Amino acid sequence: MDALKKELKESIIEQLNLEDFTVEDIADDDTLFGDGLGLDSIDALELIVMLDKDYGIKLTDPNEGKAVFVSVEVLATYIAKHRTK
Amino acid sequence: MKKQLKIIAYCRIKNNAISLNGKSIITKDKDLSFSDFAKQIYKEKQLAYPKFFKMDNLCKLAFLTSEFLFEAAKLDSEIIKNTGIVLSNKASSLDTDRNHQDTINDKDNYFPSPAVFVYTLANIMIGEISIRHQIKGENAFFVSEKFNETLIEHYASSLIINRKSSHILCGWVNVDNNNYDAFMYLVAEEGSYNYSKEIIKNIYTQN
Repeated sequence: MDALKKELKESIIEQLNLEDFTVEDIADDDTLFGDGLGLDSIDALELIVMLDKDYGIKLTDPNEGKAVFVSVEVLATYIAKHRTK
Repeated sequence: MKKQLKIIAYCRIKNNAISLNGKSIITKDKDLSFSDFAKQIYKEKQLAYPKFFKMDNLCKLAFLTSEFLFEAAKLDSEIIKNTGIVLSNKASSLDTDRNHQDTINDKDNYFPSPAVFVYTLANIMIGEISIRHQIKGENAFFVSEKFNETLIEHYASSLIINRKSSHILCGWVNVDNNNYDAFMYLVAEEGSYNYSKEIIKNIYTQN
């Protein structure tokens, strides 16, 4: 699980162009949206694409996305349970 | 009635160099990619605007040019909020359109990036500048083969004469593969330099 969390942090930084962040800057339970990393709605769409592309998970329900993208911890747990690749 | 308008300041960014009001202020290694050049400028100016890194190259170029211009102009925040923006270029958003196309060419690996797609429209650069400076003035974006100083002059003059905005950010911001060129100028009823289409063409050609 730790490897997956690290991988997710690296992907988030790279794919969302979080130039001022390093893996060490993101705590497992940091809020991804709002006051945490300050991600926006386009970032949310980018994360949905990332789930599909990297883990074979298709998120179609917006409410599900809201629950999944709370933090790296929550996201990693969801991926571990639902990944198809 | 035609008014004699003035140029408050003008800025040019091309070939990894920046000039302000005709004077060279920054020159970087010509071998740097535009992305690396832009990143260096961002860091050196300590802009602290993380959204910059999410922008495509066209928006980064427009954003940086406007930063130098607004800094030099020292305008009141209320004036900035009502500033009109009239920009133009040749390649529209082609540079980013190509990036987007690359993500959808292969139907077996079809993952269009929303973050890329949002920049497949050239006038998004006006939006980025407006968000940065809270600008709510009139705006227009034109695509033409080359910098059309006459069109821009007519449009900017019309906005000022009709009291839509007292200040207009005008210019040309073009990115196509490794080639880029930005030329922006601020026009108003008062300023440091005379403004006419002939004068602006001379400045554009000589800088």
